[in-house]
Amino acid sequence: MAWVTQTLSSSLGRKVIMSLTGLFLSSFLIVHMAGNLQLFKGDNGRAFNEYTYFMTHNPVIITVSYLLYTSILAHALMAWVLTRHNQSSRPVKYAYSRPEANSPWSSRNMGILGTVLLLFIIIHMRTFWYEMHFGSVPMAEYDGKQYKDLYAVVKEAFSQWWYVLLYVISMVAIGFHLAHGFQSGFQSLGIRHTKYTPMIEFVGRYFFALIIPAAFAAMPIYVFLQVHGII
Amino acid sequence: MNLESKIPEGPLAEKWSRHKFGLKLVNPANKRKYDIIVVGTGLAGASAAASLAELGYNVKAFTFHDSPRRAHSIAAQGGINAAKNYQNDGDSVFRLFYDTIKGGDYRAREGNVYRLAEVSVNIIDQCVAQGVPFAREYGGLLANRSFGGAQVSRTFYARGQTGQQLLLGAYSALSRQVTNGKVKLITRTELLDVVVEGGKTRGIVTRNLITGKIESHSAHAVLLCTGGYGNVFYLSTNAMNSNVTAAWRAHKRGAFFANPCYTQIHPTCIPVKGDYQSKLTLMSESLRNDGRVWVPKTKEDAEKIRKGQLKATDLTEDQRDYFLERRYPSFGNLVPRDVASRNAKHVCDEGRGVAATGLAVYLDFADAIKRDGKKTIEAKYGNLFEMYEKIVDDNPYEMPMMIYPAVHYTMGGLWVDYNLMTSVPGLYALGEANFSDHGANRLGASALMQGLADGYFVVPYTVGDYLATIGPADKVSVDSPAFKEAEQHVSDMTQRFLSIKGTEPVDSFHKRLGHIMWEYCGMSRNAEGLTKAKGLIQDLKKEFWSNVRVTGEGDEMNQSLEHAGRVADFIELGELMVDDALARNESCGGHFREEFQTEEGEALRDDANFTYVAAWQFQGENQPELLNKEPLEFENVKLTQRSYK
Amino acid sequence: MKINLKVWRQKNNNTEGKLVEYQLDKISPDMSFLEMFDVLNGELTKKGEEIIAFDHDCREGICGSCSMYINGRAHGPQTGATTCQLHMRSFNDGDTIVVEPWRSRAFPVIKDLMVDRTAFDRVIQSGGYVSVNTGSARDANETLIPRSIADEAMDAAQCIGCGACVAACKNASAMLFVAAKVSHMAVLPQGQAESTERAERMVAQMDAEGFGACSFTGACSVECPKSISLDHIARMNREYLGAKLTSTNVQG
Repeated sequence: MAWVTQTLSSSLGRKVIMSLTGLFLSSFLIVHMAGNLQLFKGDNGRAFNEYTYFMTHNPVIITVSYLLYTSILAHALMAWVLTRHNQSSRPVKYAYSRPEANSPWSSRNMGILGTVLLLFIIIHMRTFWYEMHFGSVPMAEYDGKQYKDLYAVVKEAFSQWWYVLLYVISMVAIGFHLAHGFQSGFQSLGIRHTKYTPMIEFVGRYFFALIIPAAFAAMPIYVFLQVHGII
Repeated sequence: MNLESKIPEGPLAEKWSRHKFGLKLVNPANKRKYDIIVVGTGLAGASAAASLAELGYNVKAFTFHDSPRRAHSIAAQGGINAAKNYQNDGDSVFRLFYDTIKGGDYRAREGNVYRLAEVSVNIIDQCVAQGVPFAREYGGLLANRSFGGAQVSRTFYARGQTGQQLLLGAYSALSRQVTNGKVKLITRTELLDVVVEGGKTRGIVTRNLITGKIESHSAHAVLLCTGGYGNVFYLSTNAMNSNVTAAWRAHKRGAFFANPCYTQIHPTCIPVKGDYQSKLTLMSESLRNDGRVWVPKTKEDAEKIRKGQLKATDLTEDQRDYFLERRYPSFGNLVPRDVASRNAKHVCDEGRGVAATGLAVYLDFADAIKRDGKKTIEAKYGNLFEMYEKIVDDNPYEMPMMIYPAVHYTMGGLWVDYNLMTSVPGLYALGEANFSDHGANRLGASALMQGLADGYFVVPYTVGDYLATIGPADKVSVDSPAFKEAEQHVSDMTQRFLSIKGTEPVDSFHKRLGHIMWEYCGMSRNAEGLTKAKGLIQDLKKEFWSNVRVTGEGDEMNQSLEHAGRVADFIELGELMVDDALARNESCGGHFREEFQTEEGEALRDDANFTYVAAWQFQGENQPELLNKEPLEFENVKLTQRSYK
Repeated sequence: MKINLKVWRQKNNNTEGKLVEYQLDKISPDMSFLEMFDVLNGELTKKGEEIIAFDHDCREGICGSCSMYINGRAHGPQTGATTCQLHMRSFNDGDTIVVEPWRSRAFPVIKDLMVDRTAFDRVIQSGGYVSVNTGSARDANETLIPRSIADEAMDAAQCIGCGACVAACKNASAMLFVAAKVSHMAVLPQGQAESTERAERMVAQMDAEGFGACSFTGACSVECPKSISLDHIARMNREYLGAKLTSTNVQG
């Protein structure tokens, strides 16, 4: 199996790990966003809580969730390894450099954006995932069945302006991260073609970098406005 | 001294095959007992080093560049000739031979040139097999273009970067042998002396350009593949570091220098702009396939253009003089380089030149663009047009290009026999460094052909013959007195440069030498000017050795010191070129003596007295060199006045 | 024109370097950037100071020797061109120009603006060739290579090996250089026989030389004097993954 470790520790192999985990995380975002749209239903959280119940009890989802946690860790860890390696490839820096003349900002700052996202994920999971699994979440009853009322936790969290702001900023970060990351993932796998690359770029730029972050950012804002009776 | 060319007997077409059969072979198991030094890693050097290593010899390849891929062969644009006759237009080995002999103005050996034409077809096969991406037709067959001095399409090309692709091919073959352990590649190291002992070449002395260390390398044979000496003119299309040092130091150790005055002036270069200019840029000759060369018919119009009052495009057809088409209706814009260059000089001397300096003619693509469309022209010459625009800041799709002749290639070089061995046993010269195949003028797309022919297909056979003769034991250690003497000589020279501590930079001496050479020994020469030049060069030499300023130290990277050594050699070579030009009382090819021309101003040869190779022999510092003559015999072509009308 | 220069001066690889300021006047806008350095070196010589070392040779954009990082960019402000093809008309009178050598672990500084790029040669030696001995080739027209394929190979093959891709990349990655060679050989039928080994070996050598990984910023392609496309990097990724998954080499 020497070839496997050798391949995965080569510079190209490491990028493949980044690519596969990154693209998987991107696909998760679609599911996560679709589910969370229940927040907009205006039924005082019933649909959202039922969705939450499904997500925490379906064996397939549970299995995939472990894959998800692994991907986050692998993506972050490999990014750290790569960043260290890349920085060591230029021990003496330029006294004066103008990288903005030849490359987009997001492509050069994936590490910083990624770090912001990692911190966000930790806070995010502490607030919701940890509470859901290990905390004391109030219960709600629909049609005689007990559900954990995660919606209440959401309402409480998003009633604070700074918490909403944190989310919005993080969503901007994820937008930039994906603006580069999504299409880059395909490049690392060698998927590049005159016909399809423009499509991939389009999806990356508009769907992953714009629509998804915008939808996610709308949630805390919507809840904040609702809680404070502004809408 | 009797110069033995060793041209084999027999019919022209069989000479090379017969000769190959007659050459001694080294048995495969014995090849590893021989060491061969290859100096220079351009087309000739890289191909020779790779091929010899493939055969099993131990090769040490030297380059003063950081990588073999930087050699100046890389800059050749237009293409490489081969008598493949893929176009079915009547080409043959004999026709390529004939065109080359005629193009060289009957000053090359029949036997050598025929062999060159013969192996040309193998070169293309070899390069394609290496993965050289030659231009192709839609169906997948190789494409050809035509070049000056030929009426068939036999030039293979890779956009405007043929030399680059061929060199990268040879470089890849060389790299493979480095991996195989058969070639030891030594970069950033310059040859500073050749060691000759007991009448045989024993090795070389080099300077490591990074550390300044003087080192000796011993071998059974040494191949000099070190290019031409066009930079003696300071301004030329040669790379900045191209120099004559290896050839010159070999010359001083006994290798004869042949036909040094044969210089090729390329007609299509970007004109000189100012005094600060460091080099000239060639626009590929292939441009003459579609570009039409012209100047204004009248001096008045030309003057207005020079002053910027008129633009080229303002002149109507009847106000233009397409002088090449007018004078040479059958070859038109595709006359050989020397003819095209002299005609350009002629119209400029008449006061009809363009550009602010008056030293330029137009090369116009308007008709070609009208005929074939901009897209076709762009596909053929796009990168050349871009290059032109970058330098001149003018768009050649809209405004005719301006061109002027510039020094491009030197047909002269170390004298070699049919085996490519110089007059010193065991010392070989390949490619532009030798004098052999182009006579007094080289046809376009033939330099690449010759470099690769020498390296891939000639020297691998002929070196074996010498090695088999001497045997593996006939080698001298680097600790021997001959090496120590050479090392001392080199160290002394370094010390001498550093201790002069004068006031004038090396570059300035180089520039001054260039001016003298271009003025008196350039596109046209005469006895009076040449005599004057000789005096000027001698004065310059004295001044150089008393007032040059070399900065830095000897034991470090020192470009000032490197340049000083090269310029010192150029100065001496310059004097020899003048001597050679003075001694050759005729005009032929790239050597045009004003005293010897037809009434129409064409070169006038004197076959009765000058059908020989002038091989100069070094006689000692500041001594006149001795002229040895190798008569040229023509059995298969009739010597005629070259006519491209 | 008047020009203020800040040039990196470093005696050798064992000593520290620093930016040194020089003033030049009477610079012609038609001068090439390297001719401006010639003028400066001429003046330094007259003052008895050591000249600035820099690599240069053909001065027409093909040998790949010149290698200056000018005002924060590899080969300066012009795209699709080498340092030697840059002219002073790209600058304004009175400009300050900062000139540094390529910076990469794999390209140690030799002196001043000169770096050691032999890492590139070692990468080529690891597999950038077709194994064909002299004399064993068949007729050149026996293998048909459609024009589009030949063109694509040429697009990659025209790399001049200058190292601007490494210099411009934030990771000092050599992916564009290596990919250009892998891609050139991969599209041509002549390169097929060894394509698996080639990709594996060249990538391994690239990593061993200490170049960084590819972040796909595209800087390399923008600064490449030959504007070599990122398509070739994708092809190399494909070749490499394909090679790793299909080759019989289990050792790595």
